[in-house]
Amino acid sequence: MSNPKENPAEETGEEKQDMQEKEGILPERAEEAKLKAKYPNLGQKPGGSDFLTKRLQKGQKYFDSGDYNMAKAKMKNKQLPSAGPDKNLVTGDHTPTPQDLPQRKSSLVTSKLAG
Amino acid sequence: MFLKFSLRSVFYGAGGGNDIQWCFSQVKGAVDDDVAEADIISTVEFNHSGELLATGDKGGRVVIFQQEQENKIQSHSRGEYNVYSTFQSHEPEFDYLKSLEIEEKINKIRWLPQKNAAQFLLSTNDKTIKLWKISERDKRPEGYNLKEEDGRYRDPTTVTTLRVPVFRPMDLMVEASPRRIFANAHTYHINSISINSDYETYLSADDLRINLWHLEITDRSFNIVDIKPANMEELTEVITAAEFHPNSCNTFVYSSSKGTIRLCDMRASALCDRHSKLFEEPEDPSNRSFFSEIISSISDVKFSHSGRYMMTRDYLSVKIWDLNMENRPVETYQVHEYLRSKLCSLYENDCIFDKFECCWNGSDSVVMTGSYNNFFRMFDRNTKRDITLEASRENNKPRTVLKPRKVCASGKRKKDEISVDSLDFNKKILHTAWHPKENIIAVATTNNLYIFQDKVN
Repeated sequence: MSNPKENPAEETGEEKQDMQEKEGILPERAEEAKLKAKYPNLGQKPGGSDFLTKRLQKGQKYFDSGDYNMAKAKMKNKQLPSAGPDKNLVTGDHTPTPQDLPQRKSSLVTSKLAG
Repeated sequence: MFLKFSLRSVFYGAGGGNDIQWCFSQVKGAVDDDVAEADIISTVEFNHSGELLATGDKGGRVVIFQQEQENKIQSHSRGEYNVYSTFQSHEPEFDYLKSLEIEEKINKIRWLPQKNAAQFLLSTNDKTIKLWKISERDKRPEGYNLKEEDGRYRDPTTVTTLRVPVFRPMDLMVEASPRRIFANAHTYHINSISINSDYETYLSADDLRINLWHLEITDRSFNIVDIKPANMEELTEVITAAEFHPNSCNTFVYSSSKGTIRLCDMRASALCDRHSKLFEEPEDPSNRSFFSEIISSISDVKFSHSGRYMMTRDYLSVKIWDLNMENRPVETYQVHEYLRSKLCSLYENDCIFDKFECCWNGSDSVVMTGSYNNFFRMFDRNTKRDITLEASRENNKPRTVLKPRKVCASGKRKKDEISVDSLDFNKKILHTAWHPKENIIAVATTNNLYIFQDKVN
């Protein structure tokens, strides 16, 4: 999968570490180019607020009707993104429907570590 | 202490092994490959003496293992860890006001030092911290006058003589009871708890805030760090981990998603938004890529036992910082540098967001952290040698020395090496723990707990 030209071929070794650090940039940049090619709409800000906001909203499973209806309206007009998770979308665009929600129940079974 | 060399270590070049010979000791958990979500281990922690080992899982359960007393006859191995207690610490909850599902997953367990016969630990999920008391009962009272042995009440008129109830031995029963529940203090998800060296207070940290609690008081908590911006659109970093200094009860650190660590002194002000020290390694702006910030995010921070150093874990490396030097780490160890050329796919499958933990050995001379393919790595700070080992049921015989592993980054794969593309990224070792005094380590794979010991001759 990786381009052999861009991978540092050396094993780790003290005297080669400096050179390796320089060449280390190339694999990362190549990977960045690959990602941008796949997802051209990816946010300009590296890492960025969208990703952090999504992290803070983890756990938002259910919806309110306003969000739900807005999302339904939006989804009618545009296609759902394909090819893997789109990191730009935050809750509201990808609101789960009641049918999608998994059943929640607590584990009353003893841990298998104790078995 | 002998330096063990073999032909293999010569071929591996600087990779080498370290002086300790690690042997498989035990493995806990189910053998089957079909892993139930609830069984995913989410935290592992030895207590202060190392006699107890606690695990928490995604199902909100805690399992505590106890080391059996050393058998004088079988002196070639240290005591085994057997189940001591298990209980349901947290249950799934639903916050109706915010439409927020609260997972029961145990994020962290921290032990209190032992003060009396009972053991105490703090366990936390995303929102609530609980103080659990684990106590032993090995006697029970017998010979009541008004009660039968099975508990039924006797008719008082049938009592003709009086006797004094006595305590008789019974089979050991270990009971866990929640003594304090510290709730409703965190809007965001709790990532860390840390007990202060005063043994009276502790901190809890979520993505944006850190709170200080007193172990006896549940209805009040002090906010000591708040990095929430007035306008959430300006949010650029979150708190990823926090820990109290092991000796200075006024000092704590917290790490961020941008790769910085802030040291705060609670004597300076009530709200420690202004750090006393800021630890950050300067980055060459020409090296910056889309991934730079994500892989610089610190997933764990741990003080050394001495309190002189702290260790941070980011996606690709482990760094040791001297508290007296803020501008760069004193040591950097590459955990799996070969992943740098896989960052695109690791971003797509979310692995780039995996939060690996790290730990020190008792003497602060060796550090350990996990990787993929059920590999874990150890770095000897003195000899500068490192080793890669695997937690696998294939190395199942007790006292068999584990064979070092090697990943081939590119080019020709040597025999016994594994190529980067063959690594199983679903087999992650995120949680490891080192016994505070001995060379015994606990390594958690997805749903199994491995215990390794060094070879005792």
